[in-house]
Amino acid sequence: MKPTDIKDPEYFHKVVDCQYACPAHTPVPEYIRLIAEGKYSEAYMVNWESNVFPGILGRTCDRPCEPACRRGRIEEEPVAICRLKRVAADNKDDVKAYMPKIPSKGNGKKVALIGGGPSALTVARDLAPLGYEIHLYDDQNAGGGMMRSQIPSFRLPTDVLNEEVNYILDMGVHTHFNTYVSSLQEILDKGYDAVFIGTGAPRGRNIDLPGRKEAAANVHIGIEWLASVAFEHTSKIGKKVIVLGGGNTAMDCCRTSRRLGGEEVKVLVRSPFAEMKASPWEKEDALHEDIPILDNHVPKSFIVKQGKLVGMTFDKVHAVYDNKGKRSLVSTNEPEVFVEADDVLVAIGQQNSFPWIEQSTDVKFDEWGMPVVDKLTHQSSNANVFFGGDAAFGPKNVITAVAQGHQAAISIDLHCQEKDLTQRPAPFTNLVSQKMGIHEWSYDNDVVNDLRFAVPHADKKVYLSDRKVEVELGFDVQTAVKEAQRCLNCDVQTVFEANRCIECDACVDICPTSCITFTVNSEEEELRPRLKVPAINITQDLYVSTSLPTARVMVKDEDVCLHCGLCAERCPTSAWDMQQFLYNVTKAG
Amino acid sequence: MTYIRPQFRHPALPKNDLGYTSKEYEGALSTLCAGCGHDSISGSIIQACYELSIAPHRIAKLSGIGCSSKTPTYFLGNSHGFNSVHGRMPSVATGANMANRDLVYLGVSGDGDTASIGMGQFVHAIRRNLNMLYIVMNNGCYGLTKGQDSATADEGSKSKAGSVNPFQPIDLAGLALELGATFVAQSFSGDKEQLVPLIKEGLSHNGFAFINVISPCVTFNNNPGSTKSYDYVREHLEASPAPDFVPTKKEIKTRYASGTGTDIRMHDGTSIRLEKMAHDRNPYSRLEAMNALQNSRNKNEILTGLLFVQPVSDDLHQTIQSSDKPLNSLGKDVLCPGSSTLATINADLR
Repeated sequence: MKPTDIKDPEYFHKVVDCQYACPAHTPVPEYIRLIAEGKYSEAYMVNWESNVFPGILGRTCDRPCEPACRRGRIEEEPVAICRLKRVAADNKDDVKAYMPKIPSKGNGKKVALIGGGPSALTVARDLAPLGYEIHLYDDQNAGGGMMRSQIPSFRLPTDVLNEEVNYILDMGVHTHFNTYVSSLQEILDKGYDAVFIGTGAPRGRNIDLPGRKEAAANVHIGIEWLASVAFEHTSKIGKKVIVLGGGNTAMDCCRTSRRLGGEEVKVLVRSPFAEMKASPWEKEDALHEDIPILDNHVPKSFIVKQGKLVGMTFDKVHAVYDNKGKRSLVSTNEPEVFVEADDVLVAIGQQNSFPWIEQSTDVKFDEWGMPVVDKLTHQSSNANVFFGGDAAFGPKNVITAVAQGHQAAISIDLHCQEKDLTQRPAPFTNLVSQKMGIHEWSYDNDVVNDLRFAVPHADKKVYLSDRKVEVELGFDVQTAVKEAQRCLNCDVQTVFEANRCIECDACVDICPTSCITFTVNSEEEELRPRLKVPAINITQDLYVSTSLPTARVMVKDEDVCLHCGLCAERCPTSAWDMQQFLYNVTKAG
Repeated sequence: MTYIRPQFRHPALPKNDLGYTSKEYEGALSTLCAGCGHDSISGSIIQACYELSIAPHRIAKLSGIGCSSKTPTYFLGNSHGFNSVHGRMPSVATGANMANRDLVYLGVSGDGDTASIGMGQFVHAIRRNLNMLYIVMNNGCYGLTKGQDSATADEGSKSKAGSVNPFQPIDLAGLALELGATFVAQSFSGDKEQLVPLIKEGLSHNGFAFINVISPCVTFNNNPGSTKSYDYVREHLEASPAPDFVPTKKEIKTRYASGTGTDIRMHDGTSIRLEKMAHDRNPYSRLEAMNALQNSRNKNEILTGLLFVQPVSDDLHQTIQSSDKPLNSLGKDVLCPGSSTLATINADLR
């Protein structure tokens, strides 16, 4: 193998599994250390710089970081990264002073944002401090988009949402709420230098089955129903409720139903339980609220008696996989199942919808009705129009929308300066030794054995009776510090300098997880099985040194390195050093 | 400083025949200087015992005084241990071995503990062919007392302070050969490929097995001019037969293409394969081993590998016809058979 080029920022970036997996590349270990030190405001700002909505995401994020967490590969569960983020948000002081200053004199450029959700707010947050005049249009009466209309208050209290939305709106954003944009052409005609479209995936998919029309009064589209609850147009539901679908919206629908009078709420989903799209913890929370999830049930018809919905019939299926792993659901040929219901909530997916974008705008759409958007620059076929969030590439999640908002903001800024949009700014990186003394590091390198701590919940009776009572209470500070200690500090990198190594093997002997091998070099496929413990996880890189005096090389398998620093402590010549690697995605400006 | 080693190990750590991972053969975190050759030897001992699938509680590790003799704390934490008086490890090992012949005896000593204060004990353990593996961690200096030259320091070797050693060194491997040791090897702490199989062979050998391991003192004897530094030793290692340990009933596999190896059958059915040895030397010839050792010394080279082995010999138990069973397994009636047996014995002496 060629020697590893550690000057390439992507090498060490990839070692920080959580940060690498995060769409916004939030420096996770950095803020977890700050939480452990009690520096909540600093931890909050590290988050805010990167993901804009720490308090919101600390409660609702899809947490792609957690399955990636290295801790999950050496013991049972990853660090509770998401809930630690919430600890920073819950315990911070007033952070207004840390917010970027808005120049009193603008730069003369005007940008319109259509939609007030996470991606558009991120664009505003990045561009307002640069002197852009921002106009935000949304048909809701307040900012936040789907975070306001679709995420129920028992998961995300309104005051938390308002606080973080307002940090951005307070940057001098001109808001046009309760304003449905029915024509993009009209907006373009107003002479904005750029228009950003972050209108999400606003249309819930409908289901067409026998009896659907007759049952219409008691069949609701999930996201529309959630929005109507959020804006207090709906305050009750029947005692018996069926929720169709297996995603997070279905989980929000069933749990909200439990709070609006639903006593027998059931989720019915086509796929097997393990393959449902909902996050595992959301399924767990639903089950905890006495909501059975009946998997492998394909809906067949709505049953209406005397003009009123009484229930639905389902076909029981099982999953069959072909040799390519493609799934098909095959009927078990059992008699149809009848499930009673007063109301049915349909949460089987969301679609994009752009009836308001005219052909005259030059914004082109593909065969699936999605706008043609450049994956890197987020620019559409109209050079002045940019897309981000669910509106750009289909429904994903809040953190992805934020990441796309940052990228779109860079593009808009470059576009307004008439620069090349494909010349993206390089990430900001920094690599600093953590050595404080012969055996002393500026980070806590002791690896604790604690298993993941559970987040305490409010009393079930209380939260089921009021949809605005938050279920999760968040970690208290003592537990948060303990949970923070479970972090392995993967951003503190093991940096090897081959010309200092005397090949004494001290690092090989001390490494608790047998990561280091000194051996003859060869091609990667041949090298991996030959290491002290074979490196079978090919998603993790091998760190290979230049050739050593004995013609061998140092090979380190990054897979289960604990970043404990013992290799560097036992190294007599400081060939190993522990250096903190900071990687920040560069923002606009 | 971190005195705590994390409890986590690689989740895919392999297991030996007993179902143990190498973790069960580890000891406490070393307090020796970072980069000490002795730690590498500890690592090799852990590896060898793990690979041999010896139950940790079947091993007794004994040592004297010195940096080397501290190391038993850092390996085989689940085994019996005895940290004895300076230079007196052979006596304690002899006593322990006489009392319980069923354990595997591993003595660890240093150049001071063996070649100076313990010389009188060392030579007698060899002479008696005590069944044990005796490892000397040889760094040519007294590391624990700030690096004075020891009795194995080479003539002309320069200390860290710049003084040149005027005395002849004691060649421990040569001494062991001279005194009739039945297994003599020499190795380098920085060469685990060679050292681990040698330790496995030494532990499997019946009789006195001796391995002199050059182990650089990274703090006091790793300077230019020293003949026991990492660089010097690496430059002066003589191409030696590379041993491969083949346990009983397992297929013989060699890492080398050459088919000119010599298989040595050990008493317990295991065998050692020595690559390229056939061309050079006869591993069963004490005389050839002594010649080879002397020749390489004349060339300022360090001969490593298995120098000599006598697979079958009478160890101390066989020579003195001691009890076949460990004393602790003998009942009171056997240990103290009573006055009638004494009367019979006395009658025989009339």
